[in-house]
Amino acid sequence: MDSEKTRKERTLSEDPERRPEVKRLQSRQPSPPVATGSEAQGITIEGLSAFYGSFKAVTDASMNIQANKVTALIGPSGCGKSTFLRCLNRMHEVIPGARAEGCVRLGDQDIYAKGSDPVKIRQRVGMVFQKPNPFSKSIYENVAWGARINGYRGNMDELVERSLRQAAIWDEVKDRLKESGMGLSGGQQQRLCIARTLAVEPEVILMDEPASALDPVSTQKIEDTMEELKKRYTVVIVTHNMQQAARISDYTGFFYIEHMGDPGRLWEFDATDKIFSNPERKETEDYVTGRFG
Amino acid sequence: MIVGADLNRPLPLWKSAEMRLSCGYAVLLEVQKVAIEARRGQNSGTEVWHRESRGRYLRERLVKVVLAACAYLSVFTTIGIVLVLLFETINFFRQVSIVEFFTSTTWSAAFANPQFGIMVLASGTLLTTAVAIAVALPLGLLAAIYLSEYASTGMRRWLKPALEVLAGVPTIVYGFFALTFLTPLLKATILPGLPIFNALSAGLIMGVMIIPTIASVSEDALYAVPRSLREGGYALGATKREVATKIVVPAALSGIVAAVILGISRAIGETMIVAVAAGALAQLTLNPLQSVQTMTAYIVQVASGETATGTLTFSTIFAVGAALFVMTLVLNIIAYLFVRRFRETY
Repeated sequence: MDSEKTRKERTLSEDPERRPEVKRLQSRQPSPPVATGSEAQGITIEGLSAFYGSFKAVTDASMNIQANKVTALIGPSGCGKSTFLRCLNRMHEVIPGARAEGCVRLGDQDIYAKGSDPVKIRQRVGMVFQKPNPFSKSIYENVAWGARINGYRGNMDELVERSLRQAAIWDEVKDRLKESGMGLSGGQQQRLCIARTLAVEPEVILMDEPASALDPVSTQKIEDTMEELKKRYTVVIVTHNMQQAARISDYTGFFYIEHMGDPGRLWEFDATDKIFSNPERKETEDYVTGRFG
Repeated sequence: MIVGADLNRPLPLWKSAEMRLSCGYAVLLEVQKVAIEARRGQNSGTEVWHRESRGRYLRERLVKVVLAACAYLSVFTTIGIVLVLLFETINFFRQVSIVEFFTSTTWSAAFANPQFGIMVLASGTLLTTAVAIAVALPLGLLAAIYLSEYASTGMRRWLKPALEVLAGVPTIVYGFFALTFLTPLLKATILPGLPIFNALSAGLIMGVMIIPTIASVSEDALYAVPRSLREGGYALGATKREVATKIVVPAALSGIVAAVILGISRAIGETMIVAVAAGALAQLTLNPLQSVQTMTAYIVQVASGETATGTLTFSTIFAVGAALFVMTLVLNIIAYLFVRRFRETY
């Protein structure tokens, strides 16, 4: 738990005087890989920049994401929140021409270190996308597939049921597990995608505007699951909905672009209460009070 | 094979028909625009806006009539062909028992005391088609997966058209290639007892011929699978191979099936390759090392031979043609249903 403590000490929110920029760590030796388990991990990001070809979308972002907390990323469109999020499980590089620079530590492991396997990282850091994207398979198979390819040898029925229950969709689908996942409503599909992500037992769950395509009732259901999720996982959520960020998150990062054409920056990062009541910077205040964006 | 030829590739045909229609329409619009411009020129100085209304109704109607005529022409042509085929076939079955046609194991149309067992010719067609599919299905599908999932954008940009060029090679060239290159090669190397005309070389080359059809149509289906599905797979810790084979291929399955059925129906209707390389010996066999006569090759033989029109032998080609037509039609309908399902998936 020593590392846990040092991480906490470095966390900004514990120290309101500190600016969002985190000091670079001196040592950058790759740490020994941590054994995969379902224990939630925090993420430390230092000087992360993300590119699409020659276009720089995010520059020099640093933050500490706490284990077992919900961290929300807010900001106007096109300011790099989603790109930043996709860098946290190496999904960014799936897009041709996209790359990232900087240091992202999952627990003690630098996920961009040489020899780090993106496939293993993505099993440990799951992701739920903006648009529900269930596979054209049965509901059961949608959930079981990820676990199976990751070599899960336990009781699959149990895992599927547990995952669907955690995602608060079990009661709606338990009688039709063999039917296609594509036949569900949008909100159900999104919860199915959450269940699918939970089934591989990640340590961190990234959510890229998971409720933006859903109606208020479905959104409510997804927000409810979030409370449960953070007991077991670290959750990072990108949202355009500031009320949502205020409701569900413990920490909030505000991304902002000062001038047109600049890369997005992490403008301010702090406890959600602080960001929404007494932010350090004027742009943050203007944004959270709805003066722009 | 006159009948199946234009029904062999419904997808490209529809596409080109649509394109032709829209091109025609664009030209008409252009003509109309020029005419309006010209009239505007005459009235310049007096009015800025001068919408010509005289004769507009007629012109609009004319456009519609021309377009409809183009569309209906091809449909009526097809109906005409089917009707001719139907009447001639009925005529044939007045003289030959339909039971014999489907059950006899001998085809000896040109001999005294002729026998008409369509199974014999059908076995030749099925045999060469099976060999062709055995070649084209794995090669075409794997090529499609490579193009869609693994090839870089630049690679894909020139590889796909290069592959489609294969579809533009005249089939007679393929036929000669099978007869004068592949068969001698097989004889000299692994199959010394192979007859000059055999189902194997014809089938193998026919497989090469339909690779572009299968690869190109499957690739379209694979490429159409939304990126979000692939990302969903990656986000669960899947490798590229797992995403390609277990998410993208199943999601595109109906499109792939349609591609394969289109390939099969091309192989069934293919004429020149089998007429040149598979032989003219009508025998009931499933051994690809033998010489066979396919339904299409038989029609070529009779139609280009010295058989007098009006004789029973001559009218057999309509019965065979009808059987061939039904086979390709059924396959095309199945392909159509699959393609439609595939369009509705996402």
